[in-house]
Amino acid sequence: MSPILSISNVSKTYRSGHHALKNVNLEIERGEIFALLGPNGAGKTTLISLICGIIKSGEGTVLVDGHDIARDYRAARESIGLVPQELTTDAFETPWATVSFSRGLFGKPPNPAFVEKTLKDLSLWEKKDTKIRNLSGGMKRRLMIAKALSHEPQLLFLDEPSAGVDVELRKQMWEIVRGLRASGVTIILTTHYIQEAEEMADRIGIINHGELILVEEKTALIRKLGKKQLRIELNDPIETVPESLAAYRLERAQNGDALIYTYDGTATRTGITALLADLAQAGISFADLHTTQSSLEDIFVDLVRRPK
Amino acid sequence: MSGGFNHRAVWAIYRFEMARAFRTVGQSIISPVLSTSLYFIVFGAAIGSRIDAIEGVSYGAFLVPGLIMLTTLSQSIANASFGIYFPRFTGTIYEILSAPISTLEIVLGYVGAAASKSLIMGIIILVTSAFFVDVSVAHPIWMLTFLVLTTVTFSLFGFLLGIWADGFEKLQIIPLLVVTPLTFLGGSFYSITMLPPFWQAVSLFNPVVYLVSGFRWSFYEIADVNVAISLGMTLFFMIACLGVIWWVFKTGYRLKS
Repeated sequence: MSPILSISNVSKTYRSGHHALKNVNLEIERGEIFALLGPNGAGKTTLISLICGIIKSGEGTVLVDGHDIARDYRAARESIGLVPQELTTDAFETPWATVSFSRGLFGKPPNPAFVEKTLKDLSLWEKKDTKIRNLSGGMKRRLMIAKALSHEPQLLFLDEPSAGVDVELRKQMWEIVRGLRASGVTIILTTHYIQEAEEMADRIGIINHGELILVEEKTALIRKLGKKQLRIELNDPIETVPESLAAYRLERAQNGDALIYTYDGTATRTGITALLADLAQAGISFADLHTTQSSLEDIFVDLVRRPK
Repeated sequence: MSGGFNHRAVWAIYRFEMARAFRTVGQSIISPVLSTSLYFIVFGAAIGSRIDAIEGVSYGAFLVPGLIMLTTLSQSIANASFGIYFPRFTGTIYEILSAPISTLEIVLGYVGAAASKSLIMGIIILVTSAFFVDVSVAHPIWMLTFLVLTTVTFSLFGFLLGIWADGFEKLQIIPLLVVTPLTFLGGSFYSITMLPPFWQAVSLFNPVVYLVSGFRWSFYEIADVNVAISLGMTLFFMIACLGVIWWVFKTGYRLKS
């Protein structure tokens, strides 16, 4: 099946001259949860706003469910639901009225049963006739999701769904997102919480300075996470790694004061016991041992801090 | 629905805007009715009784078309400018911009609602005035035509104002500094023939003169300028507003960065 979203060579420069997106290419498969990760100002919201028509499109093409967002904007936008980052609601409306309004705005015939189901799914049914300004922050956030779902979109954008949200509510949000995916909705969420991406996503994209610098399956990233390093501090520095230890692919560090062994932490046999035995065999004595694990956070920080 | 006309979106915006008016019924209906009644009591009954009839029409009755124009005009601007400015201010405009909806449909929804509200108000004022003075309408169809054209035109103008404004102050300043003087000097309370020749000539640059004159003609068949010219000028102003709105959406001015 064709991807639900296909972004080709998209660039965007604001009138101020700010180069917000630089040649972004990305395809989103149907039914996946994709997390777009990046520091503030990296271009996450710009990318979403461009796809949804909130800002003017730049260069390149974007197809939503095969429809060009510029030429065939009606069909493209009908498939999209957007939950922006800011809590912007009509304070004097009721949840029932505002969700029904959103549905109409997207050209769908009235369907009270569907609106009812949406409000119930998001635990807002009891509040359906309450003025929005009297709802709590968490309820408003859920209401914005309900509005975005009111026209039964296939693709849902969640821009920073847990920004300014407490731990309890964040977990609730994750449950909602999983429920949506189970119902067949493709979800793209932006976040700067790595934990959120780890928790939710099937695939992760990292964006920085307007460039999509990495797109990878989460499991592949976890495999990278699984890679651990054993650092062996030596009593006497060595010039070269002995031939007998070649199989371990050891790296010399600190001018030979230490050796670094990289291994798969998830494997049943790490090879550490054999390595230590072989070290003794080769007559290398050591003062200390310690292991380190690179986290997604390290990878992320490393990637986004890398000079352009 | 793809490719066609998103009538459901137009209806959704229209209903939303109308609901807003009925929610604030005191502010949007009662207050203009009250202020118009005060005008009639002060200028119609109290002072008006000492003013001579103008071309055979008593001053109180002469005031009616002008006052209806004054109110519908300022209400059209206020309704439409607030209607589009408020979502920009709160941020809820994101939903309009991301919806499968064309410029025409957005304008129809907002401007249609603003014009409807002021049309209703104009009719309420007309009915109210009948309690104070003798009102007769010589050409009801033309009366309605002028009223609809005025409400639509000034709702379009208000819509533009709401897009241009980047603060509540700007939203107020144009009605206050431009529209109010133009309406007061546009012959709402007098016939421009009462002015010295120089100021009569100056008045002809005021678009409101044409609206009030044409509208008053539909009541009493008295006019400061030819009715056809009145109609032409009103249509011209409406087309000018439509042109600017088309440009706004084409370029994304103040709406999209």
